[in-house]
Amino acid sequence: MSDPAVTPSREPTARLPGWRGIAADWSSDQRSFKTASWGKVMMWVFLLSDTFIFGCFLLSYMTARMSTTVTWPNASEVFSLEIAGHHMPLLLIAIMTFVLITSSGTMAMAVNYGYRRDRKKTAILMLLTAAFGAMFVGMQAFEWSKLISEGVRPWENPFGAQQFGAIFFMITGFHGTHVTIGVIFLLIVARKVWRGDFDTGRPGFFTARKGRYEIVEITGLYWHFVDLVWVFIFAFFYLW
Amino acid sequence: MADIPHDASATVPPAELEEMELYHAHSWWTKYVFSQDAKVIAVQYAVTALVIGFVALVLSWLIRLQLGFPGLVEFIDADRYYQIITMHGMIMVVYLLTALFLGGFGNYLIPLMVGARDMVFPYANMLSFWLYFVAVMLLVISFFVPGGPTGAGWTLYPPQAILSNTPGQQWGIMLMLVSLIVFIIGFTMGGLNYTVTVLQARARGMTLMRLPLTIWGIFVATVMALLAFPALFVAAVMMLFDKYLGTSFFMPTLIEMGEQLSYGGGSPILFQHLFWFFGHPEVYIVALPAFGIVSDLISTHARRNIFGYRMMVWAIVGIGVLSFVVWAHHMYVSGMNPYFGFFFATTTLIIAVPTAIKVYNWVLTLWQGDIHFNPPMLFALGFIVTFVNGGLSGLFLGNVVVDVPLSDTMFVVAHFHMVMGVAPILVIFGAIYHWYPKVTGRMLGDAMAKFHFWVTFLGAYLIFFPMHYLGLMGLPRRYFETEGIMIMPESGHSLNAFISIMAFIVGFAQLVFVFNLIWSLRHGRPSGPNPWRATTLEWQTPTTPPPHGNWGDHLPNVYRWAYDYSVPGAKEDFIPQNEPGSVTKGDPA
Repeated sequence: MSDPAVTPSREPTARLPGWRGIAADWSSDQRSFKTASWGKVMMWVFLLSDTFIFGCFLLSYMTARMSTTVTWPNASEVFSLEIAGHHMPLLLIAIMTFVLITSSGTMAMAVNYGYRRDRKKTAILMLLTAAFGAMFVGMQAFEWSKLISEGVRPWENPFGAQQFGAIFFMITGFHGTHVTIGVIFLLIVARKVWRGDFDTGRPGFFTARKGRYEIVEITGLYWHFVDLVWVFIFAFFYLW
Repeated sequence: MADIPHDASATVPPAELEEMELYHAHSWWTKYVFSQDAKVIAVQYAVTALVIGFVALVLSWLIRLQLGFPGLVEFIDADRYYQIITMHGMIMVVYLLTALFLGGFGNYLIPLMVGARDMVFPYANMLSFWLYFVAVMLLVISFFVPGGPTGAGWTLYPPQAILSNTPGQQWGIMLMLVSLIVFIIGFTMGGLNYTVTVLQARARGMTLMRLPLTIWGIFVATVMALLAFPALFVAAVMMLFDKYLGTSFFMPTLIEMGEQLSYGGGSPILFQHLFWFFGHPEVYIVALPAFGIVSDLISTHARRNIFGYRMMVWAIVGIGVLSFVVWAHHMYVSGMNPYFGFFFATTTLIIAVPTAIKVYNWVLTLWQGDIHFNPPMLFALGFIVTFVNGGLSGLFLGNVVVDVPLSDTMFVVAHFHMVMGVAPILVIFGAIYHWYPKVTGRMLGDAMAKFHFWVTFLGAYLIFFPMHYLGLMGLPRRYFETEGIMIMPESGHSLNAFISIMAFIVGFAQLVFVFNLIWSLRHGRPSGPNPWRATTLEWQTPTTPPPHGNWGDHLPNVYRWAYDYSVPGAKEDFIPQNEPGSVTKGDPA
């Protein structure tokens, strides 16, 4: 009896729509978000906090870019590949973005099958998502080594302002760490789904309480967030 | 006295949540050391914070020793002096005040006051404390490494913080930054717990507008901390890179000892923006729990309902929001665009409005109240006076043209010590005197408590009031020596010596408090479950001290707000929150 979200005693009465419903929920007792479990609210609040971390990183990047007197390198030139004699600006970044957004799609499907309690499909889709995530991190490693071989370092940069290198390694590194943690998270949850932990009620994450299929959705929230952050990094760092 | 919005209800809505699954400790280790019980974690937080706070108190003595009696102690040379002021400031602000209010009082009071069995994520809560403990240990270690702790000032401004002549370059600065990062990660785990517990795990009948103001203060402060600490986290990470990877986020082109450094193109002001985007909300992260606790202490010990409860709640929320748009009032002299100063002065002064609402409401709560001058009340009254006094000098510093000459003088030191040093510390003492009986089942010694109050309260004024004069005279802060400064008359030096002597006396008086804490554990008068005849839920637990799970077999139901004191017609002068109201009052249920 661990499950605060799907209790049978939940009020069957329909909630009011729109702002009146929000006001009713917030002026009620026990819970302010009537349909969300503890874990889901926790993930949302954490993501809000994490938004401020990435926000500060991106604002610092913009400040550095605007205040430096040395010319800022042209991102589409720095991140271009020569393939079969063709000059392809931002090719790798485009593929990376595509892969990560695709992984969001597979994650959404995993959540859907999780709610249908389809163990096999949920686990496979989560593993697929993890594979896309790992592919993304792998391409990022390739990008890092390419730039390092061209002489870009956190403290210097042959293409222009030295902050370019510093910010590139810091922001993509921090985002890559988030993706890596997400991949590990996905693998653990996929294993639990595959084993049927959530059907038999073995303990969930970081707790002695019984695990639930909802953890798939919570993992999904994190994964979509990491994706969304990448969209902003892509727009502000690579396209600007 | 209960006006219409606070009418008690006769019934509670049906339960939406099932009983929470508790982790049951199997051994001494899991019960008292790696405990997942919020109350044990709260005591761990509080004890750790008080111990490290005592270290910071001793450091403040060393500062005063040097300022009052320069050269008396050979040990304090210029480098050590800077290390001492840095560690004093950082420990007091982050590792004592933040940790004690949120980790200590938050953990103890949130589950009890909202009527939950525990925090919603006990395991993460345990990790939160142990990460905090690691962060504190890293700071302690920095006293013993070669070169000692960092001497960059508690604001850690670059470029000076990472230049080679600042003390603590070998290890100190790294340990400080890593300690802050660990603290922030640990706090985030706790903070998520506090937020979700208040939002999603309240008792039946406990609406947000029935929460005691203590919980409102802690809750809003926690949300603010979750949004403000990221800026410090980012600043700490970037400064570590500047120091150890040679990046130039904060470092402009510099010449040191006649040689140009490899840094170039960075912006020291960027660090100041990041730091104060954390630093100003931090002031209110400390102040809001104090506001909330004081409201409850005053209402309980004056036997009167809090005046304007809704206004108090919205004032807390309003201060929380406003505190995110005032940060650059710490940077009027940093060289940022002067138009910014205009904007930030305006927002800063607007904060006086909700703050004034709170002060007026406290005073109106006391008005014609049945005031019991017991230790918690004394400290609460001391807080109001001190906070108003400290706040008034804030009006000086909030205005750009007045701040510019006063910036970096002892006036600033006096101001922030009054408003965010002494004032919250008084609340911490008052709150400990108030809730100690619930934690231990015994009262703290009354005579010792009153002695502690009067020495601390009067002493704090004798320390910090004269400092305003030194500041107006133009005496700069953070100076190792004031000898030979032209503006400083002989009387200024005597004043400095006087302040130092007062600081020693107040410091020693804290030993009485510590003795009281330890002595009363065994020898205090048994308190019974509700010694203050208070209404809030934590005093209604079936056993005192409350066991793991808090409530025995049945969770409490809440029928009324937290401030039904001296209700006309009631048989006692308080009605607990879990006592049903009469049906005749037209309850919708």
